[in-house]
Amino acid sequence: MRYPWFRLAIFVLGCLFPTWWLYEAATNLLGPDPGKILVDRLGLGALIFLLITLSMTPLQRLTGWPAWVVVRRQLGVWSFAYIVLHMTAYMFFVLGMDWGQLGVELRKRPYIIVGALGFLGLLALTVTSNRYSQRRLGARWKKLHKLIYVILGLGLLHFLWIVRADLKEWSIYAGIGVFLLLLRIPGVQRRVPRLALKGSGKGR
Amino acid sequence: MLIKVSRSCDCNASQVTPESVYLSRRALLGASLAGMAVSVLPRMGVGADDSRYADVEPGTAPGWLDQKLREARWQAMTVEGEAITPFKDATHYNNFYEFGTDKGDPAANAGTLKTEPWTVVIDGEVSKPGRYALEDFVKPYQLQERIYRLRCVEAWSMVIPWLGFPIADLLKRVEPTSKARYLRFETLHDPQNMPGQRSRFALIDWPYIEGLRLDEAMNPLAILAVGMYGRELPNQNGAPLRLVVPWKYGFKSIKSIVRISLVADQPRTTWQAIAPEEYGFYANVNPGVDHPRWTQARERRLPSGLFSPNVRDTLMFNGYADEVASLYTGLDLRTHY
Repeated sequence: MRYPWFRLAIFVLGCLFPTWWLYEAATNLLGPDPGKILVDRLGLGALIFLLITLSMTPLQRLTGWPAWVVVRRQLGVWSFAYIVLHMTAYMFFVLGMDWGQLGVELRKRPYIIVGALGFLGLLALTVTSNRYSQRRLGARWKKLHKLIYVILGLGLLHFLWIVRADLKEWSIYAGIGVFLLLLRIPGVQRRVPRLALKGSGKGR
Repeated sequence: MLIKVSRSCDCNASQVTPESVYLSRRALLGASLAGMAVSVLPRMGVGADDSRYADVEPGTAPGWLDQKLREARWQAMTVEGEAITPFKDATHYNNFYEFGTDKGDPAANAGTLKTEPWTVVIDGEVSKPGRYALEDFVKPYQLQERIYRLRCVEAWSMVIPWLGFPIADLLKRVEPTSKARYLRFETLHDPQNMPGQRSRFALIDWPYIEGLRLDEAMNPLAILAVGMYGRELPNQNGAPLRLVVPWKYGFKSIKSIVRISLVADQPRTTWQAIAPEEYGFYANVNPGVDHPRWTQARERRLPSGLFSPNVRDTLMFNGYADEVASLYTGLDLRTHY
């Protein structure tokens, strides 16, 4: 396994945040509505992991350090894990485990529908994130995993529809997302300078 | 003058759960047992000293207001069988977009709000318009403590002891003309000291505007508050003067008021202007009419613990139907949400 420490560090980081938030909630540091705060933080965490995942390829091109791409898959799976926790927390703290109400929300609320679609997309990518699927799907695997761009769009739309009165925070994340997508346009991609690191420049 | 309101939610002073009991009860029992627990636990009298509620940060009210607060009629109205929200939660978890959009922002940023001196303008369709220093504005009225449920449109709720006076008393003084049909309220516009008003991404066209129909404002439940938890209003809760209309969603209860105008036409309120399909002029608490983005049938009564989420059914008119339902006879509350 290449870059084991880098991978481990990301794994620890992924575990750390929810554990820390749970600790904060348990010790009353999150105020009177900790459930809602956990739901929000987990959702935002998933979006941030998605954006980090999408910045690995550009970073690899920029620096030439191959480790970025090595951890890309793990980062994507973290995004999925946070979404699972996000939905669990939503079910538990917001809906109070009322499954009937979940059915109503899934039929009536556009932002819930969009979020659920995003989750299904991430589920498909997570299930096929192993080597076995990569081999089996062959060329189609790459095509399937382009779905991540759609998922980012769904996630940002879900976030936009939750905003009540100030778009500042949303604009920052949307701006980063758009920037990362722009970097993938071939014309733009060619202009990104390559600051190859010493010794690893011919990595690819 | 004293307005005696008949209501089903009336009860006497000894029935209000003191904070100490409330807290120890929470430690012992799940929040879901609250109703039962209240009837079993010993009742404690409320002290006559300043610290009527536990863990209240002492205020720094000017002398005249301090005097007013002392002379208040305590527990003029209470809610039965419901615990009062801890002071810390009511003051550190709320919306006041002038100071930021996070629930903790108002407490963190409202220190910059200058509440002294404060001027309130009464104008429009009144026989006696005027411009008052806050002290003179409040002087004619005895403050009353009103313990009310507060239901936010975001589906969380609290129980808060306010100190204020009925708007009806003010209206009698300023004498609305025959043309007056609505009240229009305006919050301070001060971008220098209100960071939310400086945000270039805000969808709100400042200043914040709210409104009531004249007969709604005349309802004895509707008050102008200058205090809470036995002290003056903390800045983040809308100091020094705010509206409290407990049968409507929280956003109707406009904060830091600088102008009250009597008008002939229904004012265009802030939330209505941003999203008319989500927020109506009336904004009465109604479990039967959903917000397009979430259900209003239930609410999280705060504090809602991590392992015992305190989710409960929302009541029509927030439980004040006996007092206010008659205001809306013949009005379709599905279209006039």
